[in-house]
This record gives sequence, C-alpha cells and structure tokens, in this order.
Amino acid sequence: MPKRIFITGYGIISCIGSNIPENLNSLMRSAPGTGPLLHVDTILRDEVLVGEVPKTHQELFELAGVAPVEGYSRNALLGIIAATEASAHGRLGENTGLKTGLISATTVGGMDRCELFYKDFLENDSRNIYIDSYDCADSTEKIAARLGIHDFVTTISTACSSAANAIMLGARLIRNGRLDRALVGGCESLTKFHLNGFNALKILDKEPCKPFDQHRAGINLGEGAAYLVIESEESMLKTRNTPLCELAGWGNACEAYHQTASSPDGEGAFMAMKAALEMSGLKPADIDYINAHGTGTDNNDLSEGRAIERLFGDRIPKVSSTKPFTGHTTSAAGSTEAILSVFCLLYQVIWPNLNFTERISELGFTPVEKLLTGIPVNAVMSNSFGFGGNDTSLIFRKVNASNANNVNNADNADNANNAGNAGNAENIEN
Amino acid sequence: MDELINKLKKEVIEQLNLEEISPDDIDPDSSLFGEGLGLDSIDALELIVLLEKNYGIKIEDPKDGKKIFHSIRTMAEYITEHKK
Amino acid sequence: MELLITSYSHLHDNKVVVNDRLVFYQENILKFADFIKSVYKQEQITYPKFYKMDFMSKTGFLAAELLLKETTVAGYCPESVGVILSNSSSSLDTDIAHNETIKNRSGYFPSPSVFVYTLPNIVIGEICIRNNFKGENAFFISETFNGKLLVDYVEELFINKRVEACLCGWIEVLGNNCNALMALVENSELRQQQADGNYKPIPFNAENLNLIMSRN
Repeated sequence: MPKRIFITGYGIISCIGSNIPENLNSLMRSAPGTGPLLHVDTILRDEVLVGEVPKTHQELFELAGVAPVEGYSRNALLGIIAATEASAHGRLGENTGLKTGLISATTVGGMDRCELFYKDFLENDSRNIYIDSYDCADSTEKIAARLGIHDFVTTISTACSSAANAIMLGARLIRNGRLDRALVGGCESLTKFHLNGFNALKILDKEPCKPFDQHRAGINLGEGAAYLVIESEESMLKTRNTPLCELAGWGNACEAYHQTASSPDGEGAFMAMKAALEMSGLKPADIDYINAHGTGTDNNDLSEGRAIERLFGDRIPKVSSTKPFTGHTTSAAGSTEAILSVFCLLYQVIWPNLNFTERISELGFTPVEKLLTGIPVNAVMSNSFGFGGNDTSLIFRKVNASNANNVNNADNADNANNAGNAGNAENIEN
Repeated sequence: MDELINKLKKEVIEQLNLEEISPDDIDPDSSLFGEGLGLDSIDALELIVLLEKNYGIKIEDPKDGKKIFHSIRTMAEYITEHKK
Repeated sequence: MELLITSYSHLHDNKVVVNDRLVFYQENILKFADFIKSVYKQEQITYPKFYKMDFMSKTGFLAAELLLKETTVAGYCPESVGVILSNSSSSLDTDIAHNETIKNRSGYFPSPSVFVYTLPNIVIGEICIRNNFKGENAFFISETFNGKLLVDYVEELFINKRVEACLCGWIEVLGNNCNALMALVENSELRQQQADGNYKPIPFNAENLNLIMSRN
C-alpha cells in the first residue's frame, strides 16, 4: 500500500493576515482583504483593486526576522515569513536526521525589486545585487538557506497552478522514499509586470471580484505566500507531530486547448478532479466542499462550473471561491487555498463565496453565500488551474479514529492550536 | 476606404505575426475569426491594441470586439467613424 | 519496468541533432530568430501558429516535432502522454520583451500576445495543443541542467501509472543563446512501435541525459 501523506504544519501571509491565526480570524469574520494598490508604482494604480499584503518592505523584513540588507525581494520576504511559520509549526528544525526537502512555487519571482531598480541597473552598479533576485529560484534559495533545508530544493513554475503542483511534487518525493518530509508551497508578490499583463488580457475587475456570478467581470490580483509541512507516517513517528489532516489525492492534467483560455466544457479541470478523486479512493458524494479555482473571469468560472457538474452530476458539493478574500495570488494560490481548505476540516466550517448575487445562467448550481459553521466537513477538494492548460486538483481528508491507523494522537485541532492563538472556531466568531 | 483597407491588412498581418499570409490573401469581407483567418481571443485583444496604437481609438469592453473585428471592412468602417 | 529514451532531439549552436544524426547545421547564422525559422522551413511544417509563439515555445515546439517525426505516440491515449520540462531562465527572454512595452508612459502598449508567453510552462501548452497530449505536465527551474530531477519525476509518473509515455527535457532560450534537449521516454513493455530504425533506444537515466547534452 502506498505511503500516506499527512500535513503537520502550515504558515501563511496574505492580504487578510500575516500568519495563521490572523487569516483564520478574517475568514471567520467574512472580512475580505482587497483594496487599492499602495506598494507598486504603475500607471494602473488607480484602476485596479488588489489583495495586497498591507506591509512596507521594511515591515516585511521585521516580520521575516531578517536584518534589512540589500538583495531581498518582496517575494522572498513573503516566502520567508510563511515558510518560517510553517517550519516552526511542523518542527522542521528538529529531527535533522530526516530527509527534508523544499519545493517552492513562484512565477513572477523577484520582479518587484527589479522594476524599482531597473534604471539603476542601466545607469550605475548600486543596485546590482537585486539582479540575482529576479530569478525565480532566488526566493527558494533564500528560504532554504534560512531554514537549513538542503536535501532537496527546487522551484516550480506552472503559472496559477504552481503551488498546488509543489504540494503534489513534495508528496510524490515522500511516497517514493526520496524524502521523509517536505516544506511545500509558493510565494508571489504584486508587480507592475503582471498587473499590466493581466490588464492587457482585459481580465481584471476594478470592483471586488464576483466568482461564479452571472455578472462576474474578472480577477482581483493578490499577493502572499503559503507553505505546508507534509510528512509520511514513519516520519511522524520520529517527529511526534500530530496531523492536521491527510493529503488524500492529487491529479494534474493538460487541457491541450489554448495557451490561456480554458475549454468551454472544462475538460482539463474534469480530468484533474477525476484523477484526484480516484486516487483518494473517495466517491464524489464523499466530497463535502470544493474550494474552487473560481477566478471571477467569464471563461474560468463557466468552464470550471461545467466540469464540476460533469463530475458530480446532481449531487454537487458545497462550492465557493475564496479569491474575493485573498485576491488571486497566482503562483501562491494553490498553497494559500490548500491552507484555507485545511481550516475547513479543522474547524468544520465552509467559507462563503463573497460578492455573489446571481447564478451563472448556464450552470445549475450556486456557490455558498454565507459562512457555514458546525457542519460535518470530512473531505475537501481544492482546485488550481493555470495558463498553459495546467490543471491541478488536490483532496484533503480529515483524520479521525476510523482512518487513523498508526497516526499519532489524531486530535488534530490540538495541533492546529499550536500554530498560535488561533483558538477554536467559537471564540473567533464571538 | 480602399486605401484604409489595404493599410489595415498590412497592419493586421504585422500585429498578429501572420507571416505566411500576404495582403492579397485576405478578403476584406470574409470573417477574421473562426473559419476565416482562424484568429483567437488573444488576437482579438491584439487588434484592440492595434486600434489604440495606430488610430488612437480605445475599446473598453472586449466584447464589443466581436462586431468591430468581424472583417477588415467592418474594422475600416469603425475606424472611419471613430477616428479623432 | 524498464524506461527507455526512444527518441530525442537537441538544438544548440545552430545545430539540430535528432537521434544521434545531425539534421541541420548552418555555420553563420547570427540571430536565433533566423536559426529557428530556418529549421521550421526545412522541416516543411505547416502550422501558422508557430509564428505567433515566443522563442522558447518555438524551440520546444520544434524540438517535439523533430523527435516525433521519427516515431509515433499515436497508440497512447492522450491522457497518458505527459510533458515535463525545465530550464534556468524561466521565461526571461519574453519577460524582457513585455517589460519593454510597459516601462515608459509614452509608447505604453502592453501586448497581450507577448504577455501570454511570460510563463515558462506555455511551451508545454503549445506542444500539448499541437499533439493533443493531455497527461501530466510540469515545468522546473534550476540553475543548471538537472537530469536527476527529470528522471526522478518522470519515473514516479510511470510507476504510479500517471503516464505511459512522456516527453521531457530542457528548453533554455535567452537572447541568441539556445540549448534545448527533448527526449521521448517510453516503457519498454508498452512500446507500440519501433522508433527510428537506426536509433537504438538507451536507458532513461541522468547519465544518458547528460551524455546527450554534452556529446552533440
């Protein structure tokens, strides 16, 4: 029987909070984090609404615990902040005899500083240290150095499915014995570069985005970083970590349809979700909630909605997109939403699809409109689809007495609390 | 109008990198998308850029592109009407 | 299960080698744009979308075309053919082109078709669209060519039956420098057709990938 993979730690920074408790708190209050753009100088500044982490470069240095020196991109700092939180939670610093890897996703890389200092690069040598930070792998190397991870370090870049693919790759390396545990996820900072690019594609909404709504008008781009610690059962016997939940399945497929557009029938999304479901051994009816890719574009939401209808028939699980909370954090979206999905299992809640008013006429279902609490959530599917037709679906399952086997004390909410003072769902709602 | 149509043909070929197509291959009345030149949604966005860059015409809603970019002739008519 | 490289192509320094045979070489091409267009013309491929691609996609597309000419993957179902690629500069070549269009307020005309290619994995999308491959795909970025990573990842896909055939390789294009290796990996038990009769498949491992990279 293939090795089971468990999540034993997590860390996140996004526009709704700088750590796990803050993010959970914002979600419980249904409080989105999108707003006007402050930290990027672009011609589009007054025309976009974004999910920007409300911190200056200096503040990010402080949060990361890094002395403010040259050469750190915003992207790397966001990555270090979330990775450090996850690493502490999953106790990566202990049991150093275990084979430990880092798989980090990013696409825009350290573009943010390079845009700022581009003129300096041409005119003088004062900022040349940032040229190295442009490289996608730079943030990964900095995180690895900071946390002392060196058994396996790599960067993955498949657009908006990148971080989900990083989780998938980490799980595979554990399964085939190359690693015992891994820190997996992604980071992305807002840049002039991709704001202008997405704007040229005419898929940015100037208002708060409305996924799965008949009148949806596009994306709110966001930024942030999110990492998870995943490990095998054997590894957990040594680390004594308790699992937050199990990573029960994954699937990835290529649509072979168009460079950026999804096919009208959502073939790629369908194939990815189906593969993940088959691997998990769960039936469609076992999925309690789908954290959809749900970007808010005409094309994605209809295509993804059709794929969901095709796979789940007339028993469609609860569905929502959490992008109205966080913005679309592109290469960090897969791991950001993985953590939001893990929250659902831990606290038995389902996040609302904010800003929804009217069902898409071509679809037969509507997303969850209000926060649902106190309902059984045992399995969650999280979708991440990227340009290039790269579609990934992950399934997270609650660990309970019936499927725990050798897993350490499976009272996973206890472990969740170790992350900080997140408290329980009830406290936060009050 | 004919002059504008010929100019547009060249501009469209350049903007969309239609290397193996010459202006004479394009019938001003035949459809640019689907069966015609086989253009796609990204090409439609490129044509919006072309109108703005070369003629100072801004199209805010890409959905309007469908009508405007039906053929070279409809493009030429739109330009004549809206050119500043 | 034995995995084999049943066909490969290697493009670099104005040369194209397919299955150990030199199929294109012209000494004095100075621009990469001219090189890649000459290869396309020589191969007599009709695919107008080729001209719309950025240089990295053109390169990956041609690398796949060249090796698939020597063999066939038609017997595999689309969902079982994967594409796993890597490089060191990501999409930097096209990032620069996009940046040129947005850096100043005058002449600010970002091109949607350029921006689309500022993602390294679009080259995989182009190959999949052309050949109707629908299996797993991933794009890795590492400082230098990492054959072991590719072998580890692709082996895993075969072991878990996620793929029955897989294109994998390294597509590095920046300015006028190009180094592109594409290999078709098949399971010896599932191979449906003898590939290029003159080419003897070799075991799929990091040593052999490195050897091809350095030899041609």
